[in-house]
Amino acid sequence: MQTVTLIPGDGIGPEISAAVIKIFEAAKVPVKWEERNVTAIKGPGGRWMIPPDAKESMDRSKIGLKGPLKTPIAAGHPSMNLLLRKTFDLYANVRPCISIEGYKTPYTDVDLVTIRENTEGEYSGIEHVIVDGVVQSIKLITEKASKRIAEYAFEYARNNQRNSVTAVHKANIMRMSDGLFLRKCREVAENFKDIKFTEMYLDTVCLNMVQDPTQFDVLVMPNLYGDILSDLCAGLIGGLGVTPSGNIGANGVAIFESVHGTAPDIAGLDLANPTALLLSAVMMLRHMGLHPHADKIQTACFDTIRDKKFLTKDLGGNAKCSEFTSEICRRVQDLDGGH
Amino acid sequence: MTARFLPGSLRRLFCSWSSRLPPAQYGGRHTVTLIPGDGIGPELAQHVQDMFRICCVPVDFEVIDIDSTKASEVDINNAIIAIKRNRVALKGNIETNHDSPPSYKSRNCLLRTALDLYANVMHCQSLPGVRTRHENINITIIRENTEGEYSSLEHESVPGVVECLKIITRTKSLRIADYAFRTARENGRGRVTAVHKANIMKLSDGLFLECCKEVASGYPEITFDTMIVDNTAMQLVSRPQQFEVMVMPNLYGNVVSNVCAGLVGGPGLVPGANYGKEYAVFEMGTRNTGKDIAKHDTANPTAMLLASCLLLDHLRLHHYASTIRRAVLSTVTETQMLTPDLGGHSSTSEVVQCIMNAVQNPTKHLKDRYCAVSCDSRPDYISPNENKHITSANP
Repeated sequence: MQTVTLIPGDGIGPEISAAVIKIFEAAKVPVKWEERNVTAIKGPGGRWMIPPDAKESMDRSKIGLKGPLKTPIAAGHPSMNLLLRKTFDLYANVRPCISIEGYKTPYTDVDLVTIRENTEGEYSGIEHVIVDGVVQSIKLITEKASKRIAEYAFEYARNNQRNSVTAVHKANIMRMSDGLFLRKCREVAENFKDIKFTEMYLDTVCLNMVQDPTQFDVLVMPNLYGDILSDLCAGLIGGLGVTPSGNIGANGVAIFESVHGTAPDIAGLDLANPTALLLSAVMMLRHMGLHPHADKIQTACFDTIRDKKFLTKDLGGNAKCSEFTSEICRRVQDLDGGH
Repeated sequence: MTARFLPGSLRRLFCSWSSRLPPAQYGGRHTVTLIPGDGIGPELAQHVQDMFRICCVPVDFEVIDIDSTKASEVDINNAIIAIKRNRVALKGNIETNHDSPPSYKSRNCLLRTALDLYANVMHCQSLPGVRTRHENINITIIRENTEGEYSSLEHESVPGVVECLKIITRTKSLRIADYAFRTARENGRGRVTAVHKANIMKLSDGLFLECCKEVASGYPEITFDTMIVDNTAMQLVSRPQQFEVMVMPNLYGNVVSNVCAGLVGGPGLVPGANYGKEYAVFEMGTRNTGKDIAKHDTANPTAMLLASCLLLDHLRLHHYASTIRRAVLSTVTETQMLTPDLGGHSSTSEVVQCIMNAVQNPTKHLKDRYCAVSCDSRPDYISPNENKHITSANP
């Protein structure tokens, strides 16, 4: 029985978390949930931090599942996601994008993974006004972070039976920074001869991605390119409402999350779509090695969507969240009964 | 007589008058710099020259070859001088070896910054007869072309830690925003979207946004909205029809223009234009070298030929521009003559021959509604406001 820290989040967070818990019960997943709240508090010394009991739970369980968090404007503290990222040194953002059969988009057969460096790059937050009207923003690339993300990308590819890793860069323009990133990727590739390594310019990737996404497998890249490309790929399969996401940290911590917003307008109305959080939970199960349970839940979820009888509003139907969830539970139990 | 020595108001009038007339030399024939570049560039440049010969276009090309393997910048400086002399150029992409040392700057970037070609304009329009996943796309992308992430200012402060500077200035942001709104107004587009990441890069993209908002207030008939770049990428692949004119800094422009080109059929179809106050350089929109297909006679000549039509429009040789454009578009949309990138089996030469035949026997029913944008979006008049932005000090 493994413990998982559950952070329901805000808005529709609690109801989609409840949906996931229900489906996990139906699938008899050996997981114990520990619910925690991560609303920022001011610690000693005046620095914002997450509540100590949340941190302690996470450090102990090492695995977390998180719903959408809101950052109130003028709250005084940085975004909650940023705070979590800094607290657990979540250096890799992983988004597998697989076309969902039954949720039609113009793109079919998408099956790729974007791995984005999440701690530095263009999002270092270091900006200065040089003189009035001239601003510089610093993009930071370090050897350590580039090596770490490259290693993670190749290990992920190996553990998940993926064939190739493509480094996305713009080293023709940013010779030193992206050049360093590229060099580290090449060095790490030497230790993973079983995985094919290619390099591609960011613009070429974008061009080819919208024409033929099937040519891509695992993509590894610095922060900004990762941000744009991972959202581009999410758009290919249907948007943030159906895209899972995982954040891997140093010290073995991994937090899986839904990346959509808190949708305050439909919160509490049983209209939310729990697919994104559910698929992130499935990703979590794979990370924990519970593949049979993961496959079962994913099959049930995709079958439900393909069947089109119980679809939430954003997927084109008019079922309630609870009906959608119950249908998935029923299918999971059917799959169990079939063994 | 140089404009500098005239009093202010007369200078503005003279500048706008002199830059409205294209520079013509020697009996009404224009000299245009042609930089074939690398990869598929040379073969496409040859096709353009052949096409112009067939159509008796009064343009003479001054061909400047650039050896991208040489570390010396003599070649590119010669090209810059030639373009300053002729004021107009057509170019292929010059390859940058990304394993070369940082002292080797991208030749394309050097050209753009030396000539201050501040606006990169790409008009992506769905073409009938070209099968794509999305239809009815009509987006004009206006990308700041000289600063932002492409400033090439990098240093290794500590071994293993590299800093790369992204520069955003008020002057250039105002300039590109004004260009975008003017283009929208001249082409009857009702919406301008600024693409940014100001939630993270609060100062730099924040400044860019602020400048766009300032300019927007002078164009009340045009709807102005903003969108974060990652959301933009998502919206482009799900509902690209919502966008009309998009304006953004350099790197996002790179991403968005490639996404849009992919959406309408690929790099072989979309031409691009780089405009500055005094010079204009035309090229394929997505700036590909096409190294893998070089010399195979399989490259799609459409983008380069359409770029040459933009060039002709810039020189006010509209009749020649329309003739060639009509022929190119009728070949792409109506015949089965397609190069491999569009799913066909024809060679570049076969397609070009087909276009030449179409020039000589024009189809009457194809309306010349495509690409009306580029004709009028040259910054060839200088409004008093523009003068104010550009003459302010640019550190």
